[in-house]
Amino acid sequence: MLKVKDLHAEINGREILRGINLEVNAGEVHAIMGPNGSGKSTLSMVLAGNPAYTPTSGSVEFCGKDLLAMEPEVRSHEGLFLGFQYPVEIPGVSMVNFMRAAVNARREYFNQPPITATEFLRLMREKRAVVELNDKLASRSVNEGFSGGEKKRNEIFQMAMLEPKLSILDETDSGLDIDALRIVAGGVNKLKTADNATIVITHYQRLLDYIKPDFVHILYKGRIVRTGGPELALELEERGYDWIKEENKED
Amino acid sequence: MDEALRQYIDLYEEHRALIDANGTGPLNALRPRAAEMLAAMRLPRRGDENFENIDLAALLAPDYGINLQKVPIDVNTDMTFSCEVPVSSQSVMMNVNDTFASAVEAYDNLPDGVDVGSLREFAALDPETVTARYGTLADMANPVVALDTLFAQDGLYLHVRKGVRLERPLQLVNILSASMPLMAVRRVLVVIDDDAEARLLVCDHSQRDDVALMALETIEIFVGRNARFDYYNIEESTESTVRLSALYVSQQAGSQVNIDGMTLFNGSTRNEYYCRFDGEEAGLRLYGMGIGDRARVMSTYTRIDHSAPRCKSDELFKFSVDDTSTAAFTGRIYVAPGAVKTEAYQANRNLVGAPEAKMYSKPQLEIYNDDVKCSHGCAIGQLDPMQVFYMRTRGLTEETARLLLRQAFMADVIAAVDVPSLRDRLRLLTERRFAGLQSACGRCTKCTRADD
Repeated sequence: MLKVKDLHAEINGREILRGINLEVNAGEVHAIMGPNGSGKSTLSMVLAGNPAYTPTSGSVEFCGKDLLAMEPEVRSHEGLFLGFQYPVEIPGVSMVNFMRAAVNARREYFNQPPITATEFLRLMREKRAVVELNDKLASRSVNEGFSGGEKKRNEIFQMAMLEPKLSILDETDSGLDIDALRIVAGGVNKLKTADNATIVITHYQRLLDYIKPDFVHILYKGRIVRTGGPELALELEERGYDWIKEENKED
Repeated sequence: MDEALRQYIDLYEEHRALIDANGTGPLNALRPRAAEMLAAMRLPRRGDENFENIDLAALLAPDYGINLQKVPIDVNTDMTFSCEVPVSSQSVMMNVNDTFASAVEAYDNLPDGVDVGSLREFAALDPETVTARYGTLADMANPVVALDTLFAQDGLYLHVRKGVRLERPLQLVNILSASMPLMAVRRVLVVIDDDAEARLLVCDHSQRDDVALMALETIEIFVGRNARFDYYNIEESTESTVRLSALYVSQQAGSQVNIDGMTLFNGSTRNEYYCRFDGEEAGLRLYGMGIGDRARVMSTYTRIDHSAPRCKSDELFKFSVDDTSTAAFTGRIYVAPGAVKTEAYQANRNLVGAPEAKMYSKPQLEIYNDDVKCSHGCAIGQLDPMQVFYMRTRGLTEETARLLLRQAFMADVIAAVDVPSLRDRLRLLTERRFAGLQSACGRCTKCTRADD
């Protein structure tokens, strides 16, 4: 589904990603872990197409297509979803209007007619239930005045609405108490099928108690320095990141 | 004398008898004083204080015609009107250029105690009330007021008597239309007696974009004790239209006034708001917005006088400028020495969307006592790229994202409009405006009833 080959990227002339290699197949859950500043969020931004970041070399293939050549909205239509570490507040734009615009943009991309009002409301209701999102939040402005937990639940709600092939969840666990974490992780698990895939970016192992990864990658100084199974996350939990830093000191 | 003013004074002196004949007593009485003031006046130039982007001397220099004889001008009112109906007002009135033209709906449903109609006619019917108020609030040292007073022959008069409450808003449509350069001189006088309530919606339209048109207006609003008055003004004119407007409000104790001025389409616009608390515990909400593109110019000056204790003012102006358009905002709040427990909040937020577009912002707070709560904030910036990106990751195109964000930017100014049907209408008009639909509502080519 996703093939990242020797990906280099920079922001403001500073190279952050220095040769990422990563392959994700349908049905898999990958966890990307790493200390602060290792490039985890940059990787998610580059894959989603944030224009502030410039890929300088390497390639990314998504479902057989050149991902880096696509506009961010086309990446979304093609089935890529990014759950933001810091979901953006958009005062004045209601969640309902935002989601309707999003759903209809995708339908237009696939030459389908706009969704009917009844169908849309049914869809909203159904998907809200996935993360137990209050219907009052849906009528408010996007993320405005939402608590940390509500913002993250709102990300998973949007993911449910858009039914992506590949979801990248950037530090979805940050700022969540244990109950919210359980709901968010539960939502992600409910949405998992044999045909889609998830990349979970996290600093801590605790999210992985709820979302079980098939592969764990350790990102350090813009490269994946180690890949393993779920046991690698447990090892990190136990030993911290210092031994990784020690091993890669020559960089 | 300012050279630019000479033609107006000459015109007045030459046609004085004619102007007076088509005016009426209370209006005519102030003309000599206006002429005197103008004769000694220098018009503000671009770059003068509070005139950062507009030049009154240049704007008044062209040889506009003034319809002193009140020759009827054929105006296609249906064209403008088809857009206005959905607002469902109590009664819809029209000003064609400088003359109060007609009431489209009769005044059947108006309760007793409401006088509304032609200022000229009411000045003849009730000269006592008109004389007691006319020209007493507007400052003749202001060139807009002096020039307006010199030529004003008609306009709107609204008097709501004590305790009378108008449920539905009144609507006034100002139509500017002529085949030759024309200056329309209008006057509005509003008197809301104690405990009375009314809302007035004023829509300004130009029907021509190939003829130089000027709307010159002075508005005086007197709001009595515990009375409430809402004034909404929407400008949908053309690039060849100049608008010079000066609005004056005096509020008695316990009154509430809400003003919302919106510039959707314009040419060069100068809007001045002078609001004064003359009694305690009164409230004012002064909101406004302007959308500029191409070379449109918007200049707004506001002054709020907290002359009485325990009053509250809430001021918010928002502008969006693109291409080479410019906007300027000066917001002056004056808190008098005895005006304790004053609350005054001012905010001015602006989007500048192009390298050549310009925004000038100048908050001015002048506070002469300690026991106040005052704040002001000003921001000039661009759309947040993270917001745009966030929306794009959900599948919205960059264009759609920007459109939604710009609409959202104006949302709080529109939300302050207390007439639901007008609010919905404004949301739609703003959306269309930002979507780049260049035709003004007055031309009504994009606008279909089905959308309402």
